Amino acid sequence: MLTKRIIACLDVDGGRVVKGVQFVNLRDAGDPAALAKAHSEAGADEVVLLDISAVHQNRSTLLDTVCRTARQLFIPFTVGGGIRTLDDATAVFAAGADKVSINSAALADPGLITRIAERFGSQAVVVAIDAKRSQATRQWEAFTRGGRSASGWDAVNWAREAESRGAGEILLTSMDRDGTASGFDCELTRAIADSVRIPVIASGGAGVAQHFVDVFREGHADAALAASIFHYGIGRLADLKQQLRSEGIPVRLPC
Amino acid sequence: MKTIAIVDYGAGNPVSVKKALDWLGQECAITSDPASVAAAARIVLPGVGHFSATNTLRHSGLQGAIAAAIARATPFLGICVGMQWMFEHSQEAPRTSGLGLFNGESEHFPAAVKSPHVGWNQIELSADSRLFHGLSSESFVYFSHSFRVPLTSDTVASCEYGGKFSAAVERDYLFGVQFHPEKSGEVGLHLLRNFCEL
Repeated sequence: MLTKRIIACLDVDGGRVVKGVQFVNLRDAGDPAALAKAHSEAGADEVVLLDISAVHQNRSTLLDTVCRTARQLFIPFTVGGGIRTLDDATAVFAAGADKVSINSAALADPGLITRIAERFGSQAVVVAIDAKRSQATRQWEAFTRGGRSASGWDAVNWAREAESRGAGEILLTSMDRDGTASGFDCELTRAIADSVRIPVIASGGAGVAQHFVDVFREGHADAALAASIFHYGIGRLADLKQQLRSEGIPVRLPC
Repeated sequence: MKTIAIVDYGAGNPVSVKKALDWLGQECAITSDPASVAAAARIVLPGVGHFSATNTLRHSGLQGAIAAAIARATPFLGICVGMQWMFEHSQEAPRTSGLGLFNGESEHFPAAVKSPHVGWNQIELSADSRLFHGLSSESFVYFSHSFRVPLTSDTVASCEYGGKFSAAVERDYLFGVQFHPEKSGEVGLHLLRNFCEL
């Protein structure tokens, strides 16, 4: 049976892993290459590396980090942050990434999704959506520039558009839940997952194992991503998978 | 020449395959040169993306080099679209022919399941296999594909997703895997080591 994936996310700034709570108060949690390998050994199904300060950073620092991380990682490896052009994506693939995650640049130029998909295949293009619920309409809006401004797109419509343009997966972050450890936004996740045929990765709000059970069962997520809960006790990832299995969620238990 | 040729035909990402073989200490090179492919001790054809990308193999002279090497019993491993290309056709690109080393064609998943099939799924070993030597049935491997090859008489491992399909085929020195061994953790590295040590 196809398993539900648990994805470890490394937020990287200047070549070091950090994790923000609601995008502020960054805390250093170590070397990306070492952490990625540790996550893989602990049972992570994939690793995502997000360069959270890409706008200000020298790209060669990121490419060096990607290269060092990829060298010892033999599970799927996604890189996002600051990828604006096909050339940016090409450099990240050449450094060893299997997939790129694009967000603001895709909103600004949806054709970028298609251009990367045509060159590297849809499976290599993850469209990241930062969604926030509007208090007025109760619908979710897609935000851009690291959650700083509204894009004008309804998140569900944008997910459908991204799929039609060649996205292979959707990485969906609930801005309302991110950093709160109060659980994934199952309602948002389900709204998107039921609207597209491509896999949806839920992100934002993971705190305890039950949150993962909920987002798989009620949110219809294909995968779930979490960052900070794994960094300070790698063993917990294996524990999490055991708990998911005992709840009847199909997961990969590496031997 | 002891080198493993990783065929670069402009699609997908041969870098991932090279990383895994480097990690295993194998001498290997990414190449798009037919002469290097023809001279290699082993050949790996990686593949991600669209079946029509394999047209490049025909036009570049790589197909001829591969066919000649296979005729000399050079071990050959096709991965994902690389495996599909070892069959006759794919519904993904009906006007593009495969090499026809195996009979059959790749087809769509049934509408009842999400497509693409992305993620870790279990395989079931169904026949003696040199490629899977030392690996157990029910191992988890990583898949990422929109088309699949049905079960055939050369299937050595199957996978269940909207019905069973071929996860791996094997005959003599010909090997094809639908999943990505270079992305399947320890199981995948074990399989690649088996291929390198044939």
